[in-house]
Amino acid sequence: MKITGAEAVMKVLLEHGVDTVFGYPGGTAIILYDELYKYRDKINHILTAHEQGAAHAADGYARSTGKTGVAIATSGPGATNLVTGIATAYMDSVPTVFITANVANSQIGRDAFQEICITGVTFPITKHSFFVNKKEDLVDAMRNAFRIANEGRKGPVLVDMTKDVANELVDYEPMPNYPLKKVSDEHEESKLEKFAKYINKADKPVMLVGGGAISSEASDEVKALMKKADIPVVNTLMGLGTVPSSEEKAFGMLGMHGSYAANKCIAEADLILAVGTRFSDRVALNTKHFGKNAKILQIDIDKSEINKNIFAAENIIGDCKEVLSKLISKVEDSDHKEWVDQINKWDEEKPTKVKECNSKMNPEEIIKYICSNTDKETIYVTDVGQHQMWAAQYVKQTSPRNFISSGGLGTMGFGYGAAIGAQMANPDKRVIHFTGDGSLHMDMTEACTAVSNDLPIITVILNNRILGMVYQWQTLNFGKRYSQTTPERKTDFPKVIEAFGGKGFRADNMEELADAFEKALKSDVPCWIDCNIAKDDLVLPMIQNGKTVDDIIYR
Amino acid sequence: MKKEVLSIYVDNKANVLSRVVSLYGRRGFNIDSLTVSATNDPDISRITIVFEGDNLTLHQIVSQTEKLEVVRSIKTLESKESFFRELLMIKVRADKSKRSEVKEIVDIYRAKIINLTKEEMVLELTGAPDKLDAFLDLVKDYEIIDICRTGVTGIEK
Repeated sequence: MKITGAEAVMKVLLEHGVDTVFGYPGGTAIILYDELYKYRDKINHILTAHEQGAAHAADGYARSTGKTGVAIATSGPGATNLVTGIATAYMDSVPTVFITANVANSQIGRDAFQEICITGVTFPITKHSFFVNKKEDLVDAMRNAFRIANEGRKGPVLVDMTKDVANELVDYEPMPNYPLKKVSDEHEESKLEKFAKYINKADKPVMLVGGGAISSEASDEVKALMKKADIPVVNTLMGLGTVPSSEEKAFGMLGMHGSYAANKCIAEADLILAVGTRFSDRVALNTKHFGKNAKILQIDIDKSEINKNIFAAENIIGDCKEVLSKLISKVEDSDHKEWVDQINKWDEEKPTKVKECNSKMNPEEIIKYICSNTDKETIYVTDVGQHQMWAAQYVKQTSPRNFISSGGLGTMGFGYGAAIGAQMANPDKRVIHFTGDGSLHMDMTEACTAVSNDLPIITVILNNRILGMVYQWQTLNFGKRYSQTTPERKTDFPKVIEAFGGKGFRADNMEELADAFEKALKSDVPCWIDCNIAKDDLVLPMIQNGKTVDDIIYR
Repeated sequence: MKKEVLSIYVDNKANVLSRVVSLYGRRGFNIDSLTVSATNDPDISRITIVFEGDNLTLHQIVSQTEKLEVVRSIKTLESKESFFRELLMIKVRADKSKRSEVKEIVDIYRAKIINLTKEEMVLELTGAPDKLDAFLDLVKDYEIIDICRTGVTGIEK
């Protein structure tokens, strides 16, 4: 059948089960938006305040569900505003499809109004991009975009189409989704035997679980292996939630702000089974000493992650879930009680705690209070900075996809958009957005989106009136020269959200927090709780780049 | 560190070279030469790259390149199993007094003189990269005005 390119875009979205998209219209995107108008009963479009918010919302939607997130923007600035969001999704391997409209074919390359070569801009931050200037290529490009976003290691794909392509009639026939190519290791069987052999004879094994395990829905397999082989688990920031923090063999996050026990156990282990993790510089802080007593076994879907940052003795290329499920049957029941006791001892010796300070409330208490007063289905979304690390340390992660944070890119301003995406995807779940005063200044414009869409997101602001993470580094490493981190802003956050149409609360102590949070939970509009914390609270423990667990700054 | 030659089959489409080059630039892969050429299939082009590196670098370049959607296949060309060729053109200053000396080198290497003026000669040589290097070494005794090399292309035996 012949339909317009714009309508074909809608059809392909529906083929892939997309019922929610985020975006912002514009001069060239107007044709796509005209079609969205016709399809408004099938595809719910959420208008954000800024395209970056739309990109983060698509990302948050995808992270919280595992489905593909979709955002639409116009040419030029609309497209470039997506860039930080695309890069964020790229660094954390989130399946997303970004659709942009470009100027007419006759104007391409002439520096037309709002013309930007967005495919060129995004080469380094997309898995692939399509510039569609021939109408016969459109449907295939759209379908391939969904395939590529989800095939192998997931990530963002961009489809940029010219105005002509959106306008003209194209051939469209309904088709089943393109099959995803499976990633497999030709030597898998023999490698599995080796893995099992090493695991069976290890005395001090540990599983290091990253975002790849969440991406491949391998949480059950991780837990099963943890139980069967009695292997303690530590997580990267991206892997938090694969194993509930309440599990006795879950030792939380490792790395720069990870616990002493998690870092110590990596340093002392004789075997590290790395699952879907890329040994980033925030995890392997000193590549020479990382896991120096251990044989490292690595499972990853992306071959290029093998031996990229850390040398692994053995590896299996493949989907974490599939590889683990085969591995479990080859691994013997074991008992590592002594080793687990030792890690627990380290944890008791140096538990992760906020240093006592003079303020009436501290981040640890605030986060723990919020978590203990929400149900286990709650989704926690963070921005980036000190509050993010505190959240990573103290939020009780109960299941995969309930802790959402920008790990690789570390995007301040990620949180509100991502929370909107998560809340749209999970209307029945509570979404809590932990942020700082610095990050919120970057993404507060999206409050209007939350208000317009009646999203009862609760934003908890850990407000220390400084740009805390940089301030912390200046405290520790730059002689307390606080260059541009003490902005002396006078922003009245409760008033700001009231002006947007939500509700604002201020909490200077725990009683006020309890009162505000109770009201926020009952409210059906976006609420902000401005928590006044001390500016000298540091995120601890901390191991600086290039250092090891022996150099940990604990108090 | 040894020289590696990779032969990459890619889609013959717009922007394919940009994608490959963007990847190498971003990841800091240092390439000695890169050539793009047609193949017998109009839908496929061949990119031949040469770089110096250890096995880890080789693994990174191969596995990162493979991930590009436009890359159909990639293989390392082993020197014993492949032919490598490169074309060199060189413009030297050589008047009457030097001309026959240069011609002698040209003849021994089976190069060609493709232009001759009173003051200058343009020489052309096709061959394996090390042959070109050796030729260049001899010709360098004369005043060289300009040099260009195409970069290596290779094919398996």
